[in-house]
Amino acid sequence: MSKLSAAYYTLLTRWQTLTGNKYFWPVFMIAGLLFCIAASTFEFLDLYLQLILIYVGINIILTVSLNLINGYMGEFSVGHAGFMAIGAYVASLLTVHVFPPGDQNVLFPLAILAGGIGAALVGFLVAIPSFKTRGDYLAIVTLAFCMIVKSVLENIDAVGGPRGLLGMEKLTTLPWVFFWTALSVWVIRNLVYSNFGRGVLSIREDEIASDLMSVNTRQVKIIAFVVSSFFAGIAGGLFAHALQFINPRMFDILKSTDILIMVYLGGIASIAGSIIGAVVYTILLEILRPLGVWRMVLMPLMLVLLMIYRPRGIMGMKEIRLFMPLRDLVTEKLWRRKKKEAPDVSA
Amino acid sequence: MTPTDIILAVSHLRVSYDSIQAVDDISFDVGKGEIVTLIGANGAGKSSILRAISGLIGYSGSITYSGKDLKNIEADKIVAAGIAHVPEGRGIFGNLTVLENLKIATWQRKDKEKIIKDFENVFSLFPRLRERRKQLGGMLSGGEQQMLAVGRALMTDAPMLLLDEPSMGLSPVLVRDIFKIIQDINQAGKTILLVEQNANMSLHIAQQGYVLETGRIVLSGTGKELTGNPRVKEVYLGG
Repeated sequence: MSKLSAAYYTLLTRWQTLTGNKYFWPVFMIAGLLFCIAASTFEFLDLYLQLILIYVGINIILTVSLNLINGYMGEFSVGHAGFMAIGAYVASLLTVHVFPPGDQNVLFPLAILAGGIGAALVGFLVAIPSFKTRGDYLAIVTLAFCMIVKSVLENIDAVGGPRGLLGMEKLTTLPWVFFWTALSVWVIRNLVYSNFGRGVLSIREDEIASDLMSVNTRQVKIIAFVVSSFFAGIAGGLFAHALQFINPRMFDILKSTDILIMVYLGGIASIAGSIIGAVVYTILLEILRPLGVWRMVLMPLMLVLLMIYRPRGIMGMKEIRLFMPLRDLVTEKLWRRKKKEAPDVSA
Repeated sequence: MTPTDIILAVSHLRVSYDSIQAVDDISFDVGKGEIVTLIGANGAGKSSILRAISGLIGYSGSITYSGKDLKNIEADKIVAAGIAHVPEGRGIFGNLTVLENLKIATWQRKDKEKIIKDFENVFSLFPRLRERRKQLGGMLSGGEQQMLAVGRALMTDAPMLLLDEPSMGLSPVLVRDIFKIIQDINQAGKTILLVEQNANMSLHIAQQGYVLETGRIVLSGTGKELTGNPRVKEVYLGG
């Protein structure tokens, strides 16, 4: 037993040295990207496996971005699927009807970006009236928004109405998904650990005190919501070009519920939790596929058990070191001045 | 007091919640560098006055700070303008560390060097907070939370502090400590508007005091005058 724990500690120290290295992230990112490019070019991962990895990436984007609102800011938005729908439709309309055929691969990132921006704009419009309310009321407003998006899309014939939209090429490849996933995790992680992010956290803790501590709460809420919906739109665009077919029913409240489950499974207010939640949920659903209909009984049951025995989710409110900032400039300066103190810069 | 010395001027302030008049035509001034206290029983309207000043609730009448009308200015802008409010119940961010709590107060500030100085200042004023800087705000004792709340207000660098019942729920020794600290902060140049039920202590340290009853000022005077006033003695100082 002691041998085992010694081995564990050696491993832990090695891991911490490895992840503490400032080249860890760049090397990891490049290696990951190269792996994805190799996997999709030489197809040493079969297409089914690649598709699952693509869904994992899309779900990570959705979960991390929803966690910004529901976890870090402590609000309760259930409209994420609506923003995803906007991103999916904007990107698909661009690639199908606007962009010339042939150069699709080059223009694809623009289409995804446009989907994100479209969703962000709508997010901005929704945020203004929504954040006059809080808690349960915000949930109702975003729920209504999700329903509006769905029925509007169902009633526009130009985008296929209830039949949906098809004709997209399979442009969502593993490297692109890796890129967008890394980007969204990076942006949201940096946002959370910035001055702005502390403002977001303070709103969750006590909004009035936050106001009294000079945080412009209205501005913070709107920006957080816009960023969150931007990445939902990105995920939507990727989703549409992975499946090559979308219809409004895909983006109803059930889709929002899926994302909520991943957020609460992984744990609120945690980047690592969002990633774990998305990975575990997506892969479990695939593994349980042979169970057929029972899958949809088993998954919620697992969620119920999770809420009873670990209500904060797998990682709730905790973060692994890897995602935390290595140093903090203000405090570092502060402690350096007090030389008597042991240099203690983490905060 | 010459008019230029007045930093906060409240005139004909009225605050009502639905049909209940919480503050009814109150006027008073706070001079620069003073400690002014508002005392009164529960429901006298003390907290409402502070909430009106810091922009949390609507009101009629006027409040000016350094000659600037504060009406319709949002709470976060009022902090930037120079008034920091330590709310009743302290409003500590329970799931954030002490350090994070303090940092949030510097949200709008850009003067990095001064922020570091202010950190040093707060930690020398409250050594306990330095010891506990990595602990969660919610894990602190009542007294430590009050220190954190005052420390946070200092981190905003606002020249004026509004303190809402800083002695609430604290043991007599801690109450004495807190009032000592309030005096120290005042000596260091901060103007303080103190709302208290502990009339004895607050009148002792205040230059100017106002006694509130059901939304009106019923008595006013210097701290000493009020301590000697028979009515104040009978009602607030326990004979």
